[in-house]
Amino acid sequence: MVKRRLFERGVEKVLFACAFLSVAAVLFITVFLFQRGIPLFRKVSVLEFLFSTRWEPTAENPGYGILSFILGSLWVTLLSLVIAVPVGLSAGIYLAELSDKRSSTAIRSAVELLAGIPSVVYGLFGIAVITTISRTVFGGSGYNVASAALVLSIMTLPTIINITEVSLRALPRELKEGSLALGATHWQTIVKVLLPAARSGILAGVILGMGRAIGETMAVLMVGGNAPIPPEGLSGMVRTLTMNIITDMSYAVGDHLTSLFTTGIVLFLFILILNLIVQLALKSSISGIEGDTGA
Amino acid sequence: MQEDKPVTISVKDLDLWYGATRALNKINLDIESRSITALIGPSGCGKSTFLRTLNRMNDLIDGVRIEGSVRYDGRDIYAPETDVIDLRKQVGMVFQKPNPFPMSVYDNIAYGPRVHGIQDRSVLDEIVERSLVQAALLEEVKDRLHKSALGLSGGQQQRLCIARVLAVEPDVVLMDEPTSALDPISTAKIETLLEDLKKRYTIIIVTHNMQQAGRVSDKAAFFLTGDLVEYSTTKDLFFNPKDERTENYISGRFG
Ligand SMILES: Nc1ncnc2c1ncn2[C@@H]1O[C@H](COP(=O)(O)OP(=O)(O)OP(=O)(O)O)[C@@H](O)[C@H]1O
Ligand SMILES: [Mg+2]
Repeated sequence: MVKRRLFERGVEKVLFACAFLSVAAVLFITVFLFQRGIPLFRKVSVLEFLFSTRWEPTAENPGYGILSFILGSLWVTLLSLVIAVPVGLSAGIYLAELSDKRSSTAIRSAVELLAGIPSVVYGLFGIAVITTISRTVFGGSGYNVASAALVLSIMTLPTIINITEVSLRALPRELKEGSLALGATHWQTIVKVLLPAARSGILAGVILGMGRAIGETMAVLMVGGNAPIPPEGLSGMVRTLTMNIITDMSYAVGDHLTSLFTTGIVLFLFILILNLIVQLALKSSISGIEGDTGA
Repeated sequence: MQEDKPVTISVKDLDLWYGATRALNKINLDIESRSITALIGPSGCGKSTFLRTLNRMNDLIDGVRIEGSVRYDGRDIYAPETDVIDLRKQVGMVFQKPNPFPMSVYDNIAYGPRVHGIQDRSVLDEIVERSLVQAALLEEVKDRLHKSALGLSGGQQQRLCIARVLAVEPDVVLMDEPTSALDPISTAKIETLLEDLKKRYTIIIVTHNMQQAGRVSDKAAFFLTGDLVEYSTTKDLFFNPKDERTENYISGRFG
């Protein structure tokens, strides 16, 4: 008995240590990032860093404005969502509500595979296929905002499809039956009852996909063109925050190196904010289905 | 009692299988219009299954096979030409667990009329009010029509679900243990409501509560392991059962 108790205590401690380790890792990364990145603001004001497009870190009178890259990240991310959300939603609805067992199993394993493909392979595919299409449509090199967004949209698709399907399946069966029993068609039920009821979960999925798109580095680097200028429309070359870090990291020194950490802070804050939104969305989805939203 | 009421639903030799398991055996039963019919029997005997054959809710379950016929208003509801949407408009259903949609009280009730094509705001207003009156809920919710229905109490939610069904002006209302999740006061309110609704609707109610069946129903059907053992006026079924199994069950339940 005593031995058993000791053992269980031990297990508890180990589990706690593991849980603590992940918290510690987050804290450690945050502290480190800020410690290395913040000193830049002794040389450059926060406003200039965020709102100037002059990125000339190696010039005589260096410029450290990352607005172009912030815009680049936003452009490709939002554009990728414009493509991925309708497609992902539709596929998720199809899987949860319309497909038979056999085809949903097939589709689901394809989607899982899609999620598991390394981003460098997406990049290769992007170079071989998507930039070619982009070149045909827009002219120029084909390495542009449109290509980057298209590659990202394929990469975020699995997240959106999965979470849409899961959120729809998680709804209580009574909701669907209640609607059908009133003489609503299946499609009316999906659009008017199920999707609204699952909306917070779906929103969380979209934001999660957005996080993935903002953080993606390799694939966009391979197809985006990487010019350190503000993106000019779909056919303009683009450099994102992640691309900026990876491009300059190999040779940057001094303030230039510091500015890359500062870029990392901005990226980190973007992700943090997105995560907070996801948490809020999930919370309201739980209370939206079960709790009192009336009061 | 009133033996000569017209028949609304007529069930002949109805069999139902879930895959290989048989859940209903040769059910024969005529439901009288403008009356309350109670379905009673132990757990798992097929009451819900039977109820759900009457508005074809079992269509949603994979592997269900049905033989025999269910006639509503003289037409076979399992015939290929039957429009399930029309059928469900005519034969509404209230579930065991209150299942309001996550939207406002008003929108919950207007949902049915809207999916059937009514868009005119003033018509909808009228329907919502009438349905709430019929479900004896208007007084309690009139100040919160546009707030989420999920904020209502369980009993109010269940009456809302009844109002929602009434809003599409059905002919028959199926109820599967509508009060089993409710407190005694809410239950009493719904029982009173049933008395009133029976003047206009044909009601079929599944219940585990013998007192409730005794209080509200005109006729009662006793199910056991997929068989319809006995079907008669509630009075006869309770006080004068013909079948020994009915008698055992009733006496056991009343204790
Ligand atoms: N979807 C299903 N798939 C397979 N079997 C089912 C399904 N639903 C019900 N059954 C089986 O059919 C039989 C009748 O079930 P049903 O739910 O109709 O009983 P019930 O009389 O309503 O019981 P309760 O009083 O507990 O609600 C049970 O043996 C049950 O296990
Ligand atoms: Mg049941």
